[in-house]
Amino acid sequence: MEFTFLHVIFLAVAGFTLLCGLGVVVSRNLFHSAIWLIGAFAGVAAIYWLLEAEYLAIAQIMIYIGAIATLIVFAIMLSRGMMIGRAKMNNFQAGISAVVGILLFALLAFILLQVEWPVVQQAVVADPIPMMGQAFVTTYVIPFQVIAVLLSVALVGAIMIARER
Amino acid sequence: MNIFEFIRDPSQIGPWFHQLLLSAGMQEWVANLIGDVIGVLLIVGAVLTSAIFLIWLERKIAARLQDRVGPNRAGPYGLLQTLADIVKLLTKEDVTPDGADRVSFNLAPALMVMQIIMVAAIIPISAGLIGANLSVGLLYFIAMSGIASIGALMAGWASNNKYALLGGFRVVAQLLSYEIPLAFSLLAAVIWTGTMATNNLAMQQGELLFGFIPGWNILVMPFAALIFFIATLAEGERAPFDLLEAESEIVAGPNIEYSGLKFAWFYLQFFVNSLLLACIFTTVFLGGWQGPFVDQFPLLGIVYFFVKSLLVLLALMWVRATYPRLRIDQMMTFCWKVLVPVTLVVVLIVAIGARITPDRSINAVIISGANIVALLVTLGIIGRSLRRDVQRRKAALPGRSTAQV
Amino acid sequence: MALANFQFILILALVGIALPFIGVGVAWLLRPKKPNKLKTSTYECGVETYGDAWSQFKAQYYLFALIFVIFDIEAVFLFPWAVAYGGLGFYALLQALIFIFLLFDGLVYAWKTDALSWQ
Repeated sequence: MEFTFLHVIFLAVAGFTLLCGLGVVVSRNLFHSAIWLIGAFAGVAAIYWLLEAEYLAIAQIMIYIGAIATLIVFAIMLSRGMMIGRAKMNNFQAGISAVVGILLFALLAFILLQVEWPVVQQAVVADPIPMMGQAFVTTYVIPFQVIAVLLSVALVGAIMIARER
Repeated sequence: MNIFEFIRDPSQIGPWFHQLLLSAGMQEWVANLIGDVIGVLLIVGAVLTSAIFLIWLERKIAARLQDRVGPNRAGPYGLLQTLADIVKLLTKEDVTPDGADRVSFNLAPALMVMQIIMVAAIIPISAGLIGANLSVGLLYFIAMSGIASIGALMAGWASNNKYALLGGFRVVAQLLSYEIPLAFSLLAAVIWTGTMATNNLAMQQGELLFGFIPGWNILVMPFAALIFFIATLAEGERAPFDLLEAESEIVAGPNIEYSGLKFAWFYLQFFVNSLLLACIFTTVFLGGWQGPFVDQFPLLGIVYFFVKSLLVLLALMWVRATYPRLRIDQMMTFCWKVLVPVTLVVVLIVAIGARITPDRSINAVIISGANIVALLVTLGIIGRSLRRDVQRRKAALPGRSTAQV
Repeated sequence: MALANFQFILILALVGIALPFIGVGVAWLLRPKKPNKLKTSTYECGVETYGDAWSQFKAQYYLFALIFVIFDIEAVFLFPWAVAYGGLGFYALLQALIFIFLLFDGLVYAWKTDALSWQ
């Protein structure tokens, strides 16, 4: 396989994402973890875009960085002591989770290497957004409406749980 | 290609330059890279220089509106005031408070600046003259607004100052809430024009309704434009929505502990953000670079675009210099109980109206009329509920009501 | 096209995040550096602060952020629909009406339970 400029960018973006992911688990301050997480979200968005999925990348930034990250920061701030408290890095589950993690990684790597990934010869559609919008209300109309129901349920649930009584 | 061709249509410079690099024997990707880097530098330069002018303009106009003189010492009409300020801020000591969290303290202003620079990429100043005409343009704009709220929240938290943290929390309460009416009023425009790409949005508005009325979205959906304008005030952190830096309550908001150049970045973000919001308003609702004779002389588009954007910006400044600040409960109530439901109604009006007859011009008139009716109904309902509120409050004050009897 | 845009936006993001640090670096060369205990105290020119700022906050901010997340996701799904709307039939309008109605539903619930009024 030929090594192109695109590969360099991909490796850089992937490395950045992994580094941020590592930062999330390694940093001892929870707020710093949240910042690392934002970096990891941005890296994933960049990878989507690199795969020519502009819409998915923007949705990732809009929902994960714009909304979920804020929510996570709030959750940290709501819990007293978690913000400055230097969280302990280890507990009694460390050994077991290390084993499970390595096994999971081995399993995923095994599957990834086994599968013959199909190579689509078709060129990417220049502007897929209208097609996507059409698919939402024709082919995938049931998932589309289920999302709406799910979101309303989530809204009701959020109000039930988060409201101060 | 000669120089007159460029002056007539500046958008040809990009492809011409690309061809020049290719003919000089460069590889395709190198030529692309050089072109992109130049484009990026142009955008960054435009953002920084516009900030210098904008800060002067805003201070001068606010001063005139409030019967003051404003900057008048440095240079003619105080034009060099901002440059003097920059030199001052560059040479000022940069104090980081002891309790601050250094990493996020330094990262926050960078995120704020990054946000405005990234939004600037999707502003079409003339036909085809745009950083990147993304097919998801408007969603990209909304996504980038989210980064600003993260930056402000980070600044508020990192300072380890209660005023700053309160400001940071208000950022989220305000910016996130007003992002919803902002997004849904843009959605109404997208339903009507059928595109999210900013340059195509401006192009689409070149259509003539009934053959002579310009098809600008503000004429088709005045109420959606008004909602977007109000949301713009909130997103631009301008009075009456400047709660997150309310000087009299929480001193200056998230950036209170910042000094020197780091403060300057927050300052820059505030002013350029307003300009960019005005530019988005122009692109989506005022036809962008559309105007008479634009097809023959695309250069005119730049003039039209900046005249329209500056007019919108002037309106933003006027509101800021005139109105007092809202209370936080009023601000939240107004967003969630007025703007959000009303914006959903406007989206429905546009979606249904676009389908009533096969003729777009007649549909436009129907949507426009329905918009105005919706606006009047909304004003009526707000007025009635405010009156009821006043009466309830009067009844709750026993001293007054007995005095009246 | 998407890749060309990506390259542009990526360079823009990198320059955008680097520029403020370059600016601060230049300022570092020019500015005086004489911190002292009083100068670097929290809220330097005001009253002395009592306790740490990093304390527990109101849950209501969290609630509004949660409601925002839900509306944000809905917006992400509605935008492609809006772009495609011109070429779709009556059925598409109906589906979107149901979608928006469900959204409205949640809002009405939030309103009725008084979750939307700021306390």
